[in-house]
Amino acid sequence: MKQRAGFLYTLPQILWLLVFFLAPLCIIIAYSFLKKGLYGGVEPQFSLEAYQAMANPSILMVAWRTLRISVIATILTILIALPCGYSIARSSNQAIRLFLVIVPFWTNFLVRIYAWIAILGNEGFINDIIRWVAPGSAGIQFLYNQWAVVLVLVYMYLPYAILPLFSTIDKFDFTLLDAARDLGATRFQSYTRVLLPNIRSGLVTAGLFTFVPIFGAYAVPLLIGGKDSYMLGNIIADQLTKTRNWPLASAISMTVTLSTTILVFLVALRKPKEQKWVFDADPSAAMSAAGGR
Amino acid sequence: MLHGGAAVKGSDVTVSGVSKSFGAFKALKDVTLSIQKGEFFSLLGPSGCGKTTLLRLIGGFEDPDAGTIEIDGRSVLGLPPDKRHCNTVFQSYALFPHLTVFENVAFPLRIRKTPRKIIDDRVMHYLSLVQLEMHAGKKPSQLSGGQKQRVAIARALINEPSILLLDEPLSALDAKLRQHMLMELDSIHDKVGITFIYVTHDQQEALSVSDRIAVMNAGEVLQVGSPRQIYENPSTEFVARFIGETNIFAMKITGKEGVHISGKVAGIGPLLVDDETDAQVGDEALATIRPEKIRISREKPQTNGGRINIMHGVVAEPIYSGFQTKYIVRLDSGMTVTVFRQHANWSEGIPDIDWKDEVYLSFSAADMVIVERRAT
Repeated sequence: MKQRAGFLYTLPQILWLLVFFLAPLCIIIAYSFLKKGLYGGVEPQFSLEAYQAMANPSILMVAWRTLRISVIATILTILIALPCGYSIARSSNQAIRLFLVIVPFWTNFLVRIYAWIAILGNEGFINDIIRWVAPGSAGIQFLYNQWAVVLVLVYMYLPYAILPLFSTIDKFDFTLLDAARDLGATRFQSYTRVLLPNIRSGLVTAGLFTFVPIFGAYAVPLLIGGKDSYMLGNIIADQLTKTRNWPLASAISMTVTLSTTILVFLVALRKPKEQKWVFDADPSAAMSAAGGR
Repeated sequence: MLHGGAAVKGSDVTVSGVSKSFGAFKALKDVTLSIQKGEFFSLLGPSGCGKTTLLRLIGGFEDPDAGTIEIDGRSVLGLPPDKRHCNTVFQSYALFPHLTVFENVAFPLRIRKTPRKIIDDRVMHYLSLVQLEMHAGKKPSQLSGGQKQRVAIARALINEPSILLLDEPLSALDAKLRQHMLMELDSIHDKVGITFIYVTHDQQEALSVSDRIAVMNAGEVLQVGSPRQIYENPSTEFVARFIGETNIFAMKITGKEGVHISGKVAGIGPLLVDDETDAQVGDEALATIRPEKIRISREKPQTNGGRINIMHGVVAEPIYSGFQTKYIVRLDSGMTVTVFRQHANWSEGIPDIDWKDEVYLSFSAADMVIVERRAT
């Protein structure tokens, strides 16, 4: 009786996962093994063509670029988020500072990307200033390259890194830093030898929260990037909407999903036993972060 | 305790005119102290009295607003904790949770890039000093409170500091273990021979291990002295009340011949006190007598011409605690007096004194101390 009641409690979640997660995933898996239709869609005929097409050097090159951009953007995000999370955890008005971190979420994702165009674009705010300071100059082309993409990605995913870092640093016993200083460590050594090892779970979570969505980024490279910053997310979209090769789009999607899932599991597995599961910040945040844009 | 003979190790500490505020709160007000080499020195006071702040100033975790702190005659103002020859045992132990016991103790040596061979020897030496060799491979989370405490001590000692700062190191332990650790601290102090500065709010702890004690309250040092001086000759009412239990009589001085003082206590009558004091006839003064120095009896005792105070009252509450009974006696004036009676002489057949019994209290003038006086 009791067990059945327990099952009832989990029913909404199971339904939710079935309808919105498992079913679409099955459709994508199925599509990736079918023959492509002439004008989009699929022919109901088994085929490995899509996976063979993925070995195409141009796709591999984009995959490598996507990995590189994701790694660089993740490292930069964490380097910026670490002092942010630390200062919020140590400040006396945490609530206000956390609120400020979350404020950008009130604005639509796309609007925030366009805001960067308004700032960095050829007719943007900064170029206006440059032309005002140096009349006659053409200004500087900031946008439509990989670095602009990295910059905007870092901006977009910074809160996802700050929040888990904050939550682990907030639980950190700062007396340990005093102890390290007392025992002869410099300030820098007290951070590297005592703080960082003790907030590893936060670092890992922050890394996943940023790396996973960035790896599937689509809108930022589309709007901010140029030819050199075409990422896997863009290939998938193009295969769906322009080239109309749905099986290939599905196969790339599957590969992206599978590789990030494997990454998450590897990270979770190599955690020391006494520590909890990676997402000790908030599992729902992990899901929405991994949802990708 | 200080031991003669062997060369005294450790450093001396001189604190002069030190003040420190946190916002509007004055944690320390013009504190001056000097601590000798190799001394077991306690800073004793209630929470918020500034004792931990003073320790943190000596350790270099905070800077004073005014005044100077010298170690071995050299000012240490502005020196960060890692540049001072003192190490701290923190109240919460502050063991590094990601490191094993061995690595915790080895931490200071690794920071200084000590060769591995030396690290192994030194760490095992200090772990054996605190009897933890068997637990070297454990994580702090696997240790009991007393074991964590000992790791913290070993870790603080391994750099061979000349001063060990202990911030209420025993407060997280239960009473039995606290006694045990206290004796261990004392023996560690004897072995390493460096200066110990020990912060505590527990007067029993301070009395039993210290060479000298500074009693603090509200950011000020009220009295510095040996445990005996502080207990037997408290300089203020606060010190008298804070260290052990005591009875305080407010009297008006009516006569003075050398140390022989006679006074009058409102509602009680004459009171005889033998103490050196600047108080003059006509002054108001507070005189104190410790509960164990009062004799309690059913029959009125004889003074035989001695300077003995005798008071009459009723036992309001007898509190039996094995080795002694604590009597709270209500005097005829309504004032209550606390008396301790040891049970060492039970076999002598002293009649038991119980609740509501009428009793006489007698105590010698020589055992009384004047703690405060107010000239009128």
